[in-house]
Amino acid sequence: MQAFLRNKWLKVCVFIACLVPLALLLWRGFTGGLGANPVEFITHATGDWTIRFLVITLAITPLRQMFGIPDLIRFRRMLGLFAFFYGCLHFTTYIWLDKFFNFPEMWKDVAKRPFITMGFSAFVLMIPLALTSTAGWIRRLGGRRWLMLHRLIYVSAICAVIHYYWLVKSDERKPLFYGGCVVVLLLWRIGRWLKQRRTPVRAAVPMNIEVAEKG
Amino acid sequence: MPSGRGSIHFGCGRVLSVWGYNPCGRLDEKMLTNKQPDLTYKDVTPKHFLDRRQFLVGLSVAGAALITKHEILNLTMPSRAAYAGSKISGLAKNPYSTSEKQTPYDDVTHYNNFYEFGTDKTDPARNSLKFRTSPWSVSVEGEVKKPRSFSMDEIMKLSPLEERIYRHRCVEAWSIVVPWIGYSFSNLVKLVEPTEKAKYVAFQSYYDPKQMPDGRWAGIDFPYVEGLRLDEAMNPLTTLCVGMYGETLPNQDGAPVRMVLPWKYGFKSIKSLVKIKFVKSEPPTTWNLANAHEYGFYSNVNPNVDHPRWSQAKERRLGEFFKRPTLMFNGYGDQVASLYAGMDLRKYY
Repeated sequence: MQAFLRNKWLKVCVFIACLVPLALLLWRGFTGGLGANPVEFITHATGDWTIRFLVITLAITPLRQMFGIPDLIRFRRMLGLFAFFYGCLHFTTYIWLDKFFNFPEMWKDVAKRPFITMGFSAFVLMIPLALTSTAGWIRRLGGRRWLMLHRLIYVSAICAVIHYYWLVKSDERKPLFYGGCVVVLLLWRIGRWLKQRRTPVRAAVPMNIEVAEKG
Repeated sequence: MPSGRGSIHFGCGRVLSVWGYNPCGRLDEKMLTNKQPDLTYKDVTPKHFLDRRQFLVGLSVAGAALITKHEILNLTMPSRAAYAGSKISGLAKNPYSTSEKQTPYDDVTHYNNFYEFGTDKTDPARNSLKFRTSPWSVSVEGEVKKPRSFSMDEIMKLSPLEERIYRHRCVEAWSIVVPWIGYSFSNLVKLVEPTEKAKYVAFQSYYDPKQMPDGRWAGIDFPYVEGLRLDEAMNPLTTLCVGMYGETLPNQDGAPVRMVLPWKYGFKSIKSLVKIKFVKSEPPTTWNLANAHEYGFYSNVNPNVDHPRWSQAKERRLGEFFKRPTLMFNGYGDQVASLYAGMDLRKYY
């Protein structure tokens, strides 16, 4: 298991797997498989994959600790960046194919429509995380501050779920499913935090390990 | 053959695979005559076509865990078999028909809302394949002198069938142009003779949880109910519809009989109609019950009154890349604006 997870080719495989949704979308585009309303199809597909990658990224730390597979950390940054990547595609679809770069109209949307405000916030909150995702930035900010900053992903995921929930007309199954995932993953973190507070004496650990352990 | 998917539909065109339907040669001389169809409804009850599932037998796709069953269906059968109806000939013309480009049949049958069959736009086509629409009757009751029930045969012959090519604007800001088949609802109203007390008309859809198991997830209550003011119901645009594109209605578009109200948002045009009741006061309507703040009783197409969550100023006509401005009363103001003279349409949305 450990050797498998540490295999450098596995990372390449995961990277390629993360591009499959985009490849499928392009393939549908070239074969006429996007249905009667292609813009809506693209908007929904990219949005779905953004929220899925957010949930997968949030699941890494709980999975590592619950199942004792610390090597999963190798994939967390990549998965988080893919959430941002699909978020960018989703946002681009909106400003290009939906609003046709009509920025005044877009600004009105962001200010007036709560579900757009939420989606926009979820996206904007991911930007600093993507920018500071490099080892250089971890060093520059210091592990503790970097961790604090990257907790923004919690807020971003919550905003993304609310965005989805406010957008559907009446069938709330999908937003509730993703909402449930995010709630469970955040509750787990609260549980862990409460437990750590009861055992305050902790061994000092080198910075890079701490980053890896706490997430 | 129109592929009609706009410029976003890159590359290889699709084959429109609708049996026996030829959109190019539809307007023959016969349609210009006013001949009554002498078919019974049984003659024109849709036949079952290919079940796409049979193509999937033995199909194995690597990485299927990532892809839902529905996506596999679309990947393997992009040209999508349609549940086509039976031909209706001898259609009269309607003066309010538009000459705008008609939306391809394939889009109208594979992208629509019929929440009893599921909330995804592609659900109705998939989940309504086995919907039984024969025998069928529509009961007319309430404040009328001659309450009665109409069989489908009677409905088909009640008045000469017309081809009515109307714009149809969904509250979700997409639109289509459909050649419906039907006649003015007022023809039926005259037969049952509403009493003095009748001020509104209430409509009810068929609902059978056994045939419509996906309805339980829709988040709205069924049976679906709708309503009109009596003067709205008597407007010549108000259509009792039994077909489209020269054929009987496909199941997913509201077979065997539905309403078509081209100046109102699509959800007002109730599908698979089983009950009509003339009443004294404004009847409850499904989307208004679900969310009164967002969906009013009138729900006239109005670019100046936004849905609380999105703008109604523009719409995406299926098949077009750029959005087009939405027209007041969906462009039918000359026919219906007088119905709402003096009303504050922001209040009565």
